[in-house]
Formats: sequence, structure tokens, C-alpha cells
Amino acid sequence: MSGEDTINVALSGRLGDFDLDVAFDAPGHGLTALFGPSGCGKTTILRCIAGLDRLAGKCRIGADAWQDETRFTPTHKRAVGYVFQEASLFPHLSVRDNLLYSSGGKTRPAASDGIGFEEVVALLDLDRLMQRGPQRLSGGERQRVAVGRALLSQPRILLMDEPLSALDSQSRDEILPFLEQLHRSLAIPVFYVTHDMSEVERLADHLILLDAGRVVASGPLGALQSDTNLPLALQRGAAVTLDAVVSNFDAAYGLTRFDVRGGSFLIPGSADLPAGSRQRLRIGASDVSLALEKPAATSILNVLPARISSSRALDDREIVMVLTLGHDDTGEQLLARITRRSWDLLGLEDGRPVFAQIKSAALAPRRRSQ
Amino acid sequence: MSPEIWISVRLTIALAATTTLILLVVGTPVAWWLARSRARWKEVVAAVVALPLVLPPTVLGFYLLVALGPDGPGGAIAGLWGARTLAFTFEGLVIGSVVYSLPFVVQPIRNAFEAIGDRPLEVAATLRASPARVFWTVAMPLARPGFLTGAVLGFAHTIGEFGVVLMIGGNIPGETKVLSVAIYDFVETLQWREANMLAAGMVVFAFAVILAMTLIEKRMRRVDP
Repeated sequence: MSGEDTINVALSGRLGDFDLDVAFDAPGHGLTALFGPSGCGKTTILRCIAGLDRLAGKCRIGADAWQDETRFTPTHKRAVGYVFQEASLFPHLSVRDNLLYSSGGKTRPAASDGIGFEEVVALLDLDRLMQRGPQRLSGGERQRVAVGRALLSQPRILLMDEPLSALDSQSRDEILPFLEQLHRSLAIPVFYVTHDMSEVERLADHLILLDAGRVVASGPLGALQSDTNLPLALQRGAAVTLDAVVSNFDAAYGLTRFDVRGGSFLIPGSADLPAGSRQRLRIGASDVSLALEKPAATSILNVLPARISSSRALDDREIVMVLTLGHDDTGEQLLARITRRSWDLLGLEDGRPVFAQIKSAALAPRRRSQ
Repeated sequence: MSPEIWISVRLTIALAATTTLILLVVGTPVAWWLARSRARWKEVVAAVVALPLVLPPTVLGFYLLVALGPDGPGGAIAGLWGARTLAFTFEGLVIGSVVYSLPFVVQPIRNAFEAIGDRPLEVAATLRASPARVFWTVAMPLARPGFLTGAVLGFAHTIGEFGVVLMIGGNIPGETKVLSVAIYDFVETLQWREANMLAAGMVVFAFAVILAMTLIEKRMRRVDP
């Protein structure tokens, strides 16, 4: 990947007792998740992009070269927005003064390029918090202010270091919709560090898989999820996320139809979603079972024709396979995990047309960026 | 009360105020450097700063006397305005007090700077604040309780100074005769009533200082997020 819009990062060296050697490119738009176990170097990469830590290498955001062989731009001259794990609001400043710290207390008119004060306040619903001190905010509110404060510094890139991990599950549920909304309305790229796959599935467009200071794989989320050569597809909780368009709502049964490439799904509920809006569906590998013929009598709502694209034995008991929806190999890809016994009984093999049965409960629509 | 006492009180307060002001200006960069520097020898500097805590005041006073006297650097400085020595002058007392009270001001400010941690300073840097702006808008306000503690301690410690003053200041009314020296004088001349008045005043003052410190500490905890 190269070009005006791309983000190029290459870093290597020791930091403390930690050895890092990574090089990757990421698109200059959308949300790129840096995913890996604790201690894999995700946070270090983010800190190096911000200039808070220094390793040998290069860092380029579009046309802005922040680090290469000859230069190292100090943090305060880099147009980054950084959201730390803990909100880290300035305790001596009100919410409003925290938000306006980067501009020295001035709000900028919405008409100028970049993001305006009113816009950020509306986006993150900060209006009624404005005069409070950080001590009188909940964990989720604090993190929202921290996100707003970072955005108001007019960054070229927003860096988020596990922004949800210090929050309890209630605050997490409270702030996730804001992050989804943000992701939808932001023009700038977001780097999002996390070790929680559910956040990746919900928010990421692009994924960089890290382990022990190395890049394991990097690419669009869907491509990495359904690559059986990568650890993601082999995990117990393996799943794919699909881009879907709301087709119609069946009021008689309370079911919504979602169209994806190569098929469509019926899901209970979601009456309020406008037809044509985009949603993200999550389908777990263990929620997909296979049949050779279209089952005539079944309570399963979603039975879709598909073809087995590839398969891989997990161990001597289970097999994970990639299914391509439809019969012309252009549809979305699903993961399915079945026992080896079933595989042998059905006489399955790569390239074989099958019917994928998906339990409707496995389909969880997520708000999706446009 | 005799006018003699008032002269001593005024002189002592002037000395303590001047010393505290100088210490805040000089001590802040030292405290900042001690709190933020990663130099390995910074603890050597910290030890030098802390030396007056454990040195007998007479030892400190002796070396100050040598340094301030006609043959020391103090004498050279005094020569600039035609004097022979800085010893036995108000200026000399100020210099001696600054050295003597330095750790009492530097230590609380250094602790306060260290208590801030890296994070608020990093946050400010990611919000485009230059290092100078970070210092003035984040480090200084967050370390304010440390400054209050340092100022109170420096002021109180200078008020109670005796050994150093006796060595480098002597006993010149209106010039170097501070409160503690005055008390000593009254006792020497068997003026117990006057000595008691001053001593009781010092007790009340010390109590007020301790109380103020406790309240500041309490407030400090409340300001923390």
C-alpha cells in the first residue's frame, strides 16, 4: 500500500526489556485495530506514532513524515489525537477547559475546516457536563470528554489505547455507541489498540494482528477473520463480521431481512432500522452447521446455499472451513466449525456446494459505519 | 513591649519573606530538574541540597562565614559597592538563610512534581502544548499544594533560625538581630518577661504553621482526581 493517503509505520528496537520489530501500512481512513495479547507491543507502537516513545524507524501519516532516518518530530508538533487507557483529564480544569486546552480556550467556528466545538459536543453528548470538574464524572463520561478533547486538537489521526479497558461493563456499553457513531462521522483515520475481539468485531475496518513484538498479519478485517492460516479463525470464539443492508421489516412476524453479498438473513427485531441503512452482522463459526440438501422441515430461519472454499482440521475431532455464500464464488465468506465425524459422514470436501444453516440467535446486528 | 522587640520582629519577618521569595524562584527549577531528570548523578545534587537538614547549623554557619567574609566570594561581591564583607549584614543573612532553608522548599515541590507523574504531561504534549506551556499550565497548577507547603516550611524554618545567624550575623539590632537571637539576649541579661513574651509568640506561630500545613495536606488530597 502506498500513496498520499496511506499510513506507513516501521519501528524496531528495544524498549526496556522488550524487543519490537514491526512494519505495516494502513489505509488513511476508517478504523484500524491493533490487536494482540498483552505485552505484544500494541501500546508501544501507538506511543511511538505519537512521539511519546522513540524507537528507530519511520512513521508517515499521508504527506506528513513524523519520523525517518533524519528527523524526529516532537510530540507537541505532531497532529495526533491520543486517547489513553485512563481518561487522564486535567483535574484542575473543568470539562469545558479540558476540551479547549489544545486551542488555548478558544472555540473555533464550525465553518472552518476541521472539527468544530459544537460538533464535538453534540457528537459525544457533552453539553450537560460542561461546567463540571472531572472528579464529578462517571468513568464513561470521563472517557467521552477525553475523546472530545483529543478530537478538538484537530488531529490528522486519532490514536486510542484500549479506551474501554479501564471501564466497567456498564460504562463500556454506554460509550460503545458513541465510538461507533464517531467512526461513522470522522474523516480522519483511527488507530485502536485492544485485546478484546468483540471491540474489533464491532468497530474495526482494518486489522493488524500482533504477537510478541511482530506483525502476524495485516489486512481488511473480513479477510483476516476468514483466513484459516491465521490464529483468529482457529479460536473457539471465531466469527466473521459481514456488511449488510437492511432490506425490509416483516411486521407480522417481527423479523428484519438483511442483504449481504450472496444471500440474505432474517433476524428478529430491529423494526426501527430504516431500509437501506448499513449494519454489521456477526456470525460465529460454531453457530453455522451444514446440510447437503435444503432441509424441508427445520425451525432454523436462515438456510443459505454456499460452497466450501477451504477447510482445515483443528485437531482430530474438529474441522473449520470457509464457506462462500451463493454458488458463483462472489458472495461473503462465513466460517463454520463442525466435527470431523460429520465431515466424513456427509462426505464433504473443498469445492462442494452445501447449505449453511445459521441459528438466528447468532446474528447480532451492530450499528455500522457508512 | 519595647521598641527593641518590634525591630527584631520586623527584621525577622523581612528576612523570612525575602528568603522564601528567593527560594521559590531558585528552588522551583532545581525541584523540577530533580523530579524529571533521568541523569544518574541527580541524587548527588539532591544530597547536596539536603545537606543543611543534617549539618549542625554552626558548621554550616562557619563555612558561610568564611565564604561571606572579606577573603571569600562574599567579600568580593561586597567590594562591588565598597563594603568589605557580607558577614554581619542583612544581605549575608539572606544568603545564609537561603542555603539553610533550601531543602525545606525544594523537597515538597519536588515531591509534588513527582506526584503528577508522566501522564498529564504526555496528555498536554499530545494536545500540542510546548514544554514551556506544559510546565506553566499543567505542572505548576497541579503542584500548587507543594508550593504552599514549601513556602510555609521555608518561611517558618527561617523564622526559627539561630545557629547560622549567630555565626554569620552576630547581634546588630535592626540589621542582624533576629527573634531567636533576641530571646537568647533577653535570657542572658535576665529579662525573663521579655524572653517569655517572644518565646510564647513563637509557640503560637509554630502551632499556626503546623495547623496550616495539615489543612493544606488535606486540601491536596481533595484536589487529586
